[in-house]
Amino acid sequence: MTSTRPAVAVSSTEIEHAANDHNSGHAEHPDLRMFGLATFLVADGMTFAGFFAAYLTFRAVNPLPEGAIYELELLLPTINTAVLIASSFTFHRATKELMKGAMGACRGWLLTTALMGIAFLAGQMYEYFHLPFGLTDNLFASTFYALTGFHGLHVTLGALMILIVWAQASQPGYFTPEKHFGIEAVELYWHFVDVIWVILFGILYLL
Amino acid sequence: MTIALPPLQSPEAHESLQPTNWLRYFSFSLDHKVIGLQYIVCGFLFYFVGGALAGVIRTELATPISDFVTRETYNQVLTLHGTIMIFLWIVPVVNGGFGNYLIPFYVGARDMAFPRLNAVAFWMIPPAGLLLISSYFIGGAAQSGWTAYPPLSLTTPAMGQIIWIVSVLLLGGSSIFGGINFIATILKFRQPGLKLLQMPMYCWAMLGTSILVVLSTPVLAGTLILLSMDIVAHTGFFNPSQGGNVVVYQHLFWFYSHPAVYIMVLPAFGLVSEILPIHARKPLFGYVTMVYSILAIVVLGLVVWAHHMFTSGTPPWMRLFFTIATAFIAVPTGIKFFNWIATIWQGRIALNSAMLFSCAFILQFVFGGITGVALAQVPFDVHVHDTYFVVAHFHYIVYGGTVFVIFASIYHWYPKFTGRMHNEHLGRLHLVLTVIGFNLCFGPQHWLGLNGMPRRVAEYDPQFTFMNQLSSVGALLMAISTIPFLINVIGSIWWGAEAGDNPWRALTPEWLTSSPPPVENWKGAAPLVHEPYGYGTEPGLVDLKVATGSDLWRNS
Repeated sequence: MTSTRPAVAVSSTEIEHAANDHNSGHAEHPDLRMFGLATFLVADGMTFAGFFAAYLTFRAVNPLPEGAIYELELLLPTINTAVLIASSFTFHRATKELMKGAMGACRGWLLTTALMGIAFLAGQMYEYFHLPFGLTDNLFASTFYALTGFHGLHVTLGALMILIVWAQASQPGYFTPEKHFGIEAVELYWHFVDVIWVILFGILYLL
Repeated sequence: MTIALPPLQSPEAHESLQPTNWLRYFSFSLDHKVIGLQYIVCGFLFYFVGGALAGVIRTELATPISDFVTRETYNQVLTLHGTIMIFLWIVPVVNGGFGNYLIPFYVGARDMAFPRLNAVAFWMIPPAGLLLISSYFIGGAAQSGWTAYPPLSLTTPAMGQIIWIVSVLLLGGSSIFGGINFIATILKFRQPGLKLLQMPMYCWAMLGTSILVVLSTPVLAGTLILLSMDIVAHTGFFNPSQGGNVVVYQHLFWFYSHPAVYIMVLPAFGLVSEILPIHARKPLFGYVTMVYSILAIVVLGLVVWAHHMFTSGTPPWMRLFFTIATAFIAVPTGIKFFNWIATIWQGRIALNSAMLFSCAFILQFVFGGITGVALAQVPFDVHVHDTYFVVAHFHYIVYGGTVFVIFASIYHWYPKFTGRMHNEHLGRLHLVLTVIGFNLCFGPQHWLGLNGMPRRVAEYDPQFTFMNQLSSVGALLMAISTIPFLINVIGSIWWGAEAGDNPWRALTPEWLTSSPPPVENWKGAAPLVHEPYGYGTEPGLVDLKVATGSDLWRNS
């Protein structure tokens, strides 16, 4: 049995409209951009999962040469971790202010978040310059720089995107409590980068 | 939920943005049908490049010594052949090509969920392909095969290897964007009232494929980034002389590249499931078991990768696990095959080109599947590893499994693509030449492998000469077989009979519109098809005197 029926009930004015430019049926459709972004972040997470798997296998199977250093200074990275985790909460505050329509407060929290991201990057640069090993010294060193570098790239992009939505939010009416895909998307991405860092901190510094 | 309102445009403004004549096939078009055909035609262009490279390989192997090309050139040619055929021909055509053309029809949508992302995904492919091919002319292409195993890929010239990595990263990105688009379209873009278990089977195949793409392709991307750091920055991830570990590369590589086999054959399974019921005039047998088989293949496909590594020093527990998991994949695959046979069983079969190529697919792929189950057994695998047996098995899977289906699908949907019928005589000539050439080319390679001829080497023991020459003759036949195909698909655009909207009297939604379909797919509302395979249940369709596909093309 095959039956056909129109996808959506359309009013008579819409049918006239459709007769003019066969636009019927695509008047509105759900916004799938957040769904697409979430799917992309699953893919991005798999890239990190591959790196983590490689790193853990190297740790388990490949002994480091005599005298290689893999005990890391923990103070600065711990502060960095706290800053990054806190920045997730400040971003959340920004979105809450946005939902209340308080754009000034929202922009303030966005800028705070971006500055915390930049502070994290500055801390990581400082750590890079003061580490006792270089990129090609041994397998642990290479993996350390590859993992933190790839994550740092994500933080850099995230901070830039926060600054972009911060600038966009200065135009009145650009983001409203109903329509704010840009901020919502960057927030999801920022939380993702945060979660990745927590895993990374755990296996790279603490393990 | 947030609602996106598309910008209101007058039809004139719309047309000025998107060319409507033949130029649209060369434009950044957002129409899923245009993008689908762009994928297919672009894929065929790369197929002919890859086929020419295969011709070089078979010419070289017609004699035991390397007299046609040098050994370095031979290595470059086999690397380019593998990479082009996988990443630029099969994956883009069965996923991007037919997926883009058919999936929006099947879910009752006007376009894909993300049309711009879709166009971006396509337009990443030609530059990546040209980059890959150009590496041959600027300092030599990569020489380490499509697997790029270190330390081989670290010791061969770096330039070609880096270009290869960049190209594969671009193609992987294109593949991921396509996969995200398909998942969103199939899960979230269905028209109201269309239930998941009412979708045509190709939707399920593409959903499973896209899940594999999204989960496994990023791992390859990460691995290749590490490999490129080894080459450029002299880190030692995969370099044993610096304390690195080559087996980790193999694990990560095959975590993508084994699912890649399913990324290539699952869409082909879906396409065959569309073609068989129409030309046998019977409902698809066992719809629900087909769906669960696809999902089972997706899950199992992610946990069998190490069966490519039985000679890489894998521990016994790993060998045991991956042997069992691999053998299990034969179960859902077998269910699909029995379902297809039951579908055509006692049907009114129209033996046209589409149906014949589909039947040839069933035969060839079953043979490839049998050698696959054999290869999953560790003792046998250790014996034939890295021999021509693996080459033969692989080509029965990807050529017998996918390329046969691509040809079947071209013949099946040609009337929809162009509004014209193709020539059946040329189509059958194409089939006969392809089947004979294919089996002559790859059949003897089983024997060669069992007797110990290693793969990827330009020279071989003279005792293998006769079988290799037989194989080369088969390759020549396969090359010749593309001539009737090309004459057919290009000539029929002008000389073919008018196809009408629905020459096969099919029930799936893409046939319920004009041929070729209008922009936005349907004039008026999209039809909602509850039973895409309801053949033989309506009186008008049971009357076989009027409704076999073969009668239709003969009358036209």
